[in-house]
Amino acid sequence: MSDSAHGIGGLKYDPKKKARPQELNVFIALAIIVVAFEGLGRILYGDSFLFNTRDNVDAIFNWARLNIIILQVSIVGIIALGVTQVIISGGIDLSSGSIVGATAMIVMSFAQTELVNGNPNPKAIFGPWAMDLPVIVPIVVGLCCGLAAGLINGALVAYTRIPPFIATLGMMVSARGLSKWWSNGNPISFPTESYAALGRGMWPVVYFIGLAILFHLILRFTVYGKHTYAIGSNEDAARMSGINVARQKVLIYAIAGMLAAIAAIVLSSKNLTAQAGMGVMYELDAIAMTVIGGVSLAGGRGSIIGTVLGALIFGVIISGFTFLKLDAYYQEMVKGAIIVGAVVLDQWRQSRSSMRS
Amino acid sequence: MSGIELQDMDDIVLETRDLTKHYGGVHALEGANFILHKGEHVAIMGDNGAGKSTFVRQITGVEQRTRGDIIFDGKSVHFSGPLAAREAGIEAVFQNLALADHLDVPDNLFLGREKTMWNWLGPFRRLDYKGMRDDTIAALEKTGVKIPNIRNTIQNMSGGQRQCVAIARTASFHSKLTIMDEPTAALGVQETAQVETIVRTLKDAGEPLILISHNMRQVMDLVDRIIVFRRGRIVANLNRHETDGQDVVAYITGAKTQPEYEMEGAA
Repeated sequence: MSDSAHGIGGLKYDPKKKARPQELNVFIALAIIVVAFEGLGRILYGDSFLFNTRDNVDAIFNWARLNIIILQVSIVGIIALGVTQVIISGGIDLSSGSIVGATAMIVMSFAQTELVNGNPNPKAIFGPWAMDLPVIVPIVVGLCCGLAAGLINGALVAYTRIPPFIATLGMMVSARGLSKWWSNGNPISFPTESYAALGRGMWPVVYFIGLAILFHLILRFTVYGKHTYAIGSNEDAARMSGINVARQKVLIYAIAGMLAAIAAIVLSSKNLTAQAGMGVMYELDAIAMTVIGGVSLAGGRGSIIGTVLGALIFGVIISGFTFLKLDAYYQEMVKGAIIVGAVVLDQWRQSRSSMRS
Repeated sequence: MSGIELQDMDDIVLETRDLTKHYGGVHALEGANFILHKGEHVAIMGDNGAGKSTFVRQITGVEQRTRGDIIFDGKSVHFSGPLAAREAGIEAVFQNLALADHLDVPDNLFLGREKTMWNWLGPFRRLDYKGMRDDTIAALEKTGVKIPNIRNTIQNMSGGQRQCVAIARTASFHSKLTIMDEPTAALGVQETAQVETIVRTLKDAGEPLILISHNMRQVMDLVDRIIVFRRGRIVANLNRHETDGQDVVAYITGAKTQPEYEMEGAA
């Protein structure tokens, strides 16, 4: 025991002093932000952020607000689940927002209904053969789009060795171009009833939570997850250990692309339309959720739980600003400051942990 | 040397014949003939730039040799890279340890060769955390390494503990040959002692080792044989019991050269 109590440079190593899990810090931050909005609301407007204040509703919490908070982050949250894996592996994905746009356009073309109020669909992209297809067709088409984009990203990163920032930036621009070219900039609308049902009501939240649980288990308990962390932590060590780093990276980006495609399906179904500008800036919101959730941009650290909490912080802030009747412009400015703040905090933690070693 | 070679053919783990590496015009390694027997611990000594690390880099496949043969485990080998060498059973512990900082001890020990269940799931097969934990504890006990909490991530560990994890990693996979490149160069006294304990454990277990070290006391304490390199050539092959520190230093500095190596040097 005494053998190992001495580190280099006289620094002591105390086995009992185990680092607090990152997710707990994020959760505390979430709680503080909620309490802050609650306090400000009561002081400024005499209204509660969290609790139900209406006499005619029998509930403790303001469920309407809580539902909106989670509903508005769940679609970008689905993207963030993929971005989380990419960032843990030491990469970055700037293309997810554009993949949402391109996928939404293509998917919607296969989800249209032939007759709108008895008249032919005015927004029809394809002929009658592509009308009123079973809902599985647009879903599969969408997943294939996301898979293709993700495979291209992954192959570029893994085999050409260009930085992920550049590879996914290229995809970001190209996929956005594709989404504009697809229908010459025209929106695509009037989906089938079964397609429209996919994103109705609270379904996006169900998808988000379900996928979050799935990928939490995958990252925590499978070889894929372990190798993702290993590559982000020390890529050379991973390679020396016999991990097929290139194949693993392709897999990670492919999964991220498919998650962006799922977000595109849910979003276009919820909005009942697809537009070329769909998903603009989503990639940055997803990265922000991830970083706020404690995933290190340096790679190797973070978790799905953290990202889900990061997404909730994101949602609470947007909802809180609306609650405090602050202008939307302030929201954007503060959002930017929070992203920078989260990265600064991460850097500070990094330097502290490397000092210890 | 050829007499010994014939006698102990089955006994040889590693042999190099005329192993040579030129970097452009620089002759970093010239005609190295080296034999390592089963269970033998050999130290490689020499000044900086004498060719020690170059020699090891050829064996571990980090670099491709200019000329010569490497016979490992009875077969002539040509490793395309360090991974191929590792797969063949040569485990090298380098100074810049190949560990993943954010993972804990079992994760690092089993990195790239995890114990798994549900293998039909392919890349998504499930990790057998308990099995790896149990094996880690067994491996650490075998090597005499003490780590307070194996669930801690590597980044929270001292240099000595990291070194121990790296060595335990090689020891726990029944490699046929372990190579350590200055394993204690950056360590304190107690940590050095711990690493030396592990080396002795490997010796007791009959596992062969090549140790590169500048530490004369350590070499004299640990190994059976000392090979001295000077200016890219082997200049001495010394039995530890028939030599002493001063003698070795004389070979390192060039005051002495064993006759058989003078011959080869001239040829």
